[in-house]
Amino acid sequence: MTRPTKARLTIALALAALTTLPGCSGGSKTDGSTLLNVSYDPTRELYRGINAAFIADWKAKTGKPLSIRMSHGGSGKQARSVADGLEADVVTLALAYDIDILADRKLLAQDWQAKLPDHSAPYYSTIVFLVRKGNPKKIRDWADLVKPGVSVITPNPKTSGGARWNYLAAWGYGRQAGGSDAAARDYVTRLYKNVPVLDSGARGSTTTFAERGLGDVLLAWENEAMLARDEMGRGKFDIVVPSVSILAEPPVAVVDANAQRHGTAAVSKAYLEFLYTPAAQDLIAKAHYRPRDPQVAARYASKFPQTKLLTIDGDFGGWRKAQATHFADGGTFDAIYRPTGR
Amino acid sequence: MTRAKRSVLPGFGLTLGLTLAYLSIVVLIPLSTVFLKSAGMGPADFARVAFSERAVAAYRLSFGAALAAAAVNAVFGMLVAWVLVRYRFIGRRFVSAIVDLPFALPTAVAGIALTALWAADGWIGQYLAPLGIKVAYTSLGVTIALVFVGLPFVVRSVEPVLEDVGRDLEEAAASLGAGRFTIFRRVILPAIGPALLTGFALAFARGVGEYGSVIFIAGNLPYKTEIAPLLIVTQLEQYDYAGATAIATVMLLLAFAMLLAVNLTQVWRRRRMER
Amino acid sequence: MTRAALIAAALAFLGLFVLMPFVAVFVEAFREGVPTYLAQLAEPDAMAAMRLTLIVAAISVPANIVFGIVAAWCITKFEFRGKGLLITLIDLPFSVSPVVAGLIYVLLFGINGWFGPWLQANGVEIIFAVPGIVLATIFVTFPFVARELIPLMAEQGRDDEEAAISLGATGWQTFWHVTLPNIRWGLLYGVLLCNARAMGEFGAVSVVSGHIRGLTNTMPLHVEILYTEYNFVGAFAVASLLAVLALVTLVVKTLLEWRYGDQIQGIGH
Repeated sequence: MTRPTKARLTIALALAALTTLPGCSGGSKTDGSTLLNVSYDPTRELYRGINAAFIADWKAKTGKPLSIRMSHGGSGKQARSVADGLEADVVTLALAYDIDILADRKLLAQDWQAKLPDHSAPYYSTIVFLVRKGNPKKIRDWADLVKPGVSVITPNPKTSGGARWNYLAAWGYGRQAGGSDAAARDYVTRLYKNVPVLDSGARGSTTTFAERGLGDVLLAWENEAMLARDEMGRGKFDIVVPSVSILAEPPVAVVDANAQRHGTAAVSKAYLEFLYTPAAQDLIAKAHYRPRDPQVAARYASKFPQTKLLTIDGDFGGWRKAQATHFADGGTFDAIYRPTGR
Repeated sequence: MTRAKRSVLPGFGLTLGLTLAYLSIVVLIPLSTVFLKSAGMGPADFARVAFSERAVAAYRLSFGAALAAAAVNAVFGMLVAWVLVRYRFIGRRFVSAIVDLPFALPTAVAGIALTALWAADGWIGQYLAPLGIKVAYTSLGVTIALVFVGLPFVVRSVEPVLEDVGRDLEEAAASLGAGRFTIFRRVILPAIGPALLTGFALAFARGVGEYGSVIFIAGNLPYKTEIAPLLIVTQLEQYDYAGATAIATVMLLLAFAMLLAVNLTQVWRRRRMER
Repeated sequence: MTRAALIAAALAFLGLFVLMPFVAVFVEAFREGVPTYLAQLAEPDAMAAMRLTLIVAAISVPANIVFGIVAAWCITKFEFRGKGLLITLIDLPFSVSPVVAGLIYVLLFGINGWFGPWLQANGVEIIFAVPGIVLATIFVTFPFVARELIPLMAEQGRDDEEAAISLGATGWQTFWHVTLPNIRWGLLYGVLLCNARAMGEFGAVSVVSGHIRGLTNTMPLHVEILYTEYNFVGAFAVASLLAVLALVTLVVKTLLEWRYGDQIQGIGH
């Protein structure tokens, strides 16, 4: 074999290797009969029920079969996947900021949040305290969390969307109690001094608190706290609703660019609108999220105690501002951990 | 790269070509995205992200814990390899099999299982807690996770060489009156030294980048128990891909320098021996 | 005395650091009894995850076997400048954080990546689909076979091959009849490690998978999902199955060693 032939063979083999690797793909979901809902971790139970109900409803109305695929993961990571090309028809995430990012990438309109009622959040929740049975440390409100000897479990706001709600709820309390942002900052700093572990996600924190037995109180979404109470041993935990908390709105949206390409724009829209129907609202309340429908809410009034709820838009100037002020590099959260003397 | 010495064996061009082609497609081209992405941010921004006080603390933890874990593995991995090669005992094959298990268990599962064991109320942790030793959520916990992850590298590097060394030399040394320790230091260690170093380097390299098994057992507190790969994830969560790749670049270069040093030593040593 | 002490020390170390986590996995998996364990494995999503994991391993392991042999031949049978660098580049994937290993494919094939727009225009799916998972797995398991073969083949030198060539054998014949028999145990070993890691990889695959249930979830990803759903028994059941799969390959190796034991003794010396 002469040298040039060898070189040519080498190139040919390399090219063959290159083409066989990605060659085995198939665009399987472009016929409009499959929806991909990219969601965050805690919604699995919820959408299992919703999907079955909607598929039956859609079949009855249009006669067309439909299958719905689910993807669950951390909210930020899921948003990133969609931004990088995951073919989601709809996204149902933990906070509006993650969907704003998709709007920045032109995957959906900047005014996406105005397209559905209630800021495109068909269900809401709030931040509550999960404490050990009988509440041995007598934790009643935010002020009790910064007492010496109280150990607080909350995930890392830098990596967990849920943790950002926790942080802002604490900030809101601190500002209300002390009357200023400086007081809020001081309160939050003292609070995080009582945090021994910052798990990377909300579910990790729940496990740390419930399974590892670490901490006296877990800051969690109400639906997460109720689920943990039910799933991880009934009678082991109590839920405490603080005097003030935050309105946590996990929003939903159609990813227009993808849905149009897949021919699923109409069914995606119908799917999200279905979330506001009384039937879906009932499933929502059963899955521990607070329903929007007044009649359904009235039925579950005893399950969801009323408390004063701050809002992201009203009290923190929207997610983009909150993100930049508190959670971006050099924000107030980083300042808490900056070593003293700087 | 040029051919330095004529060989009668065929296939140099073909194998080198294929190796470089596959290496480029699978490793080099994908990895180059990291450098190009981070290069796009300018030196000042790069330094701000990659050499912030917090990032430096994280490198120190990641590299320190990986070094400690690799050292533990070098000692105990050598011991395990020695026992597996030199002694016949009941269950030896089973023991040999479980050495590889850290490769097979998904890292996240390993992290969860390790945390369950070493937490203050865990199977092992409960006996350490009264002594005032905290493992989970400290840098000690990080090290333990990395010991788990890196062990097979050392055992599997040392084992074949140890098998090759044979006992003749040792027996000869013993018959000349050398003590056990002398034999180990003068005869065995030089023979397995290179393999041990390779195993150490691989275990170290793997430990530096490890994420899944560490994240559950590290407390993730900034400046204290925050590992460098977590900072990459943190940057990604802010949709700052350039910042993420900046930290990745620093880690990659450090690990690369370290592996290169070890491999060059090996190549030089082999050349010297062949002459 | 020394012998017993050394064995005891080695076993204690392995027991504490390696065996215990595994025992913990199995204890958790069977906490609610065998029927629950089996029911968890028979779940359609779990079955889909197993199928995907096997497919991914079946593609990525052979690719790395071929590369490993080719690279080891090149590195050990010839002298050339830059060899240390080449070996280091082969080692490199070990040192790349799994988080980054996934990210690089997103930067390449993601919609905002180098090839993303072209891929989308042509309807080719790489990331968030099976090819992306295969690529990430190949990257992570890339060094295993080569790394296992290089020291072995270096140790064996090239005398046997040179003799064969001088006797008139072609390159292929030499490789097939001289080299391969000499390295087959090392090769088998590398393949087993490569396979174990290919099936167990979590971090890199997690970034490129998209986590679509029943479609792009591999077994390790499915384990994580079950775990975050507080289905601990299910999570550990699937994890234990991964451990068993690794053990099966190790049993195969042990059987082969036992069956061909005399031949191993014969080679290499």
